[in-house]
Amino acid sequence: MNHEFIDIKNFSFYYGQNKCLKSITLGIAEKEVTSIIGPSGCGKSTLLRCFNRMNDLILDTRIEGTIHIDGQDIYSAVIDVVDLRRKVGMVFQRPNPFPKSIFENVAYGLRINGVRNKDFIAEKIEQGLINAGLWNEVKDRLQDNALRLSGGQQQRLCVARALAIEPEVVLMDEPASALDPIATAKLEELIVELKKKYTIVIVTHNMQQAARISDITVFLMQGELIERGKTSEIFTRPTKKITEEYITGRFG
Amino acid sequence: MERHLDDELQKLKENLLKMASLTERAIHDSFEALKGINKDLAEAVINRDEHIDDLEIDNEEHAIELLALFQPMAKDLRFIVTAMHINAELELIADLTVNICQRVLELADKGGALLAPINDLPHLADNAKWMVKNAIDAFVNNDEPLAEKVILSDSESNQLRSAIIQRLVDGFIVKDGKTAPRAIPLLLVARDLERICDRATYIAEEVIYMIQAKMIRHHREILNQDPPLKS
Repeated sequence: MNHEFIDIKNFSFYYGQNKCLKSITLGIAEKEVTSIIGPSGCGKSTLLRCFNRMNDLILDTRIEGTIHIDGQDIYSAVIDVVDLRRKVGMVFQRPNPFPKSIFENVAYGLRINGVRNKDFIAEKIEQGLINAGLWNEVKDRLQDNALRLSGGQQQRLCVARALAIEPEVVLMDEPASALDPIATAKLEELIVELKKKYTIVIVTHNMQQAARISDITVFLMQGELIERGKTSEIFTRPTKKITEEYITGRFG
Repeated sequence: MERHLDDELQKLKENLLKMASLTERAIHDSFEALKGINKDLAEAVINRDEHIDDLEIDNEEHAIELLALFQPMAKDLRFIVTAMHINAELELIADLTVNICQRVLELADKGGALLAPINDLPHLADNAKWMVKNAIDAFVNNDEPLAEKVILSDSESNQLRSAIIQRLVDGFIVKDGKTAPRAIPLLLVARDLERICDRATYIAEEVIYMIQAKMIRHHREILNQDPPLKS
C-alpha cells in the first residue's frame, strides 16, 4: 500500500445531537482510488465532505477527533479553508458547470485564486482538459457555453475544473450517477488514469463501479466503519458477514 | 430480503443435483456392468452420457447468464464459480464411467474379467461412489467438515489403486502372458476409478472455497487455518 495521505483518527461528526460518524479511524493511501460504500444515510457523503470541510457550511455541526491530510491537521484553527479546498478538489453527483463558456469554467478556479497571466491560464486549461480526457472533444469550441455539452462531457468538464488548480486529492460524490453507460465508462477510465497523479476518494452506490475502479474499498454502516480492505478481497471474500450481506444485496 | 437472484441460484443448484444424481448412477452402473460383464448395462451407461453432456452445457450457459446479468459478488460469486467447476467435474466423472464401460465391452469379447482375485477393486469403486456423493452433499449443505473428510479420504484411494495395479502386474501380466489381455483393462479401470476419486476431491476443494473463500488446491495444509466470517 502507498503512504497514507489522509489520516483519520477517532473522527466523529454531529448534526446537532445526531452523531452520524462514529469514531472513525482510517488511512487513505496516496495516489490510489478509495471507494466508500454503504447504504443510504450511512454517512459516506458526510465523511467525504469532511475531507475539504464542506460540512462547515452547514449550521449546528461539530466534530471530534482529527483528520490529517499530508501531515496537516485540517481542522486546526490555523488552516486556511480556501487553501484546503484548493488542495482537495471535489466533483459532485450531478454535473454543475457554470453557465459560462467551457474555457471560463476551467479558468474559474485559477481566477479566484488570483491567477491573471493569460498564457498561464490557457496552458492550465489545456492541461486540465487533457487530463480530464475532454480536450479532443472541445478544443475547437472552447468559447461555447458549457451547458451545451452532453451530461458526460459536463461531468468531465467539472473534473477538468477541479484539476486546473492542481489539487492533491480529488473527492467524487457519486460522480457517475447521472451519466449513461458510455459516459460512465469514460469517467471510470479517467478516474483510473487520474490516480497516477492524485489521491482519489469516491463515494458510490454502484458496487460494480467500486469493484472496477478502486484499489481500496471502505464499508460504512450507520456511521461506523465496518470494514476496509483491498477491493479485490472485499468483493470476493469480505471478512465481516454484514459486509457480505450488503454487497450481495441482502439489505440496503 | 427476497432476491430474484436467490431463485436463479436455487435453479442452478437443482440442475446440478440432477446431473450429480445421473453421474452417481453412472458410477454405480458402470461397476455393476463390470462385475457381471453386462454389455447391455455398459451400453446403457454409454448412451446416457449424452444426456449428462447436454446438462453440462445447460448449466454452464445458465451460470454465464447469471454472471452477466446479476454481476454477483462475494458468496454469490463464489457459489456460481463453484457450481461451474462442479459442473465440469461431474461431466468428466461421467466420461470416466464411459471409459469403464468400454473396458467392459472389451472384456466381454475376451471372455470376462479377473475380478475374483482383485478384492480391492470393489473397495475402490465404493470409495469413488462415497466420495462423489459426499462431495455433492457437502456442496448442497455447505458442510465444510464433510468436504474435508472427502479430501482426506483421497490418499486411501491412491493406495488402493497402486495395490491393485501391483497385483495385476505381478499376478496376471508378468507371471502369465495369457491372462494379460484380461488384466490390462482392469488396470485401466483401477486408474479410472482413482481419477473419479480425484475429481470428487476437486469438488470438495471447490466447496471449501465456496464456504470459506480459501483456495486449498495444491495447499491442503491451510485447511482450518482461517476463522469464519465475523458477524
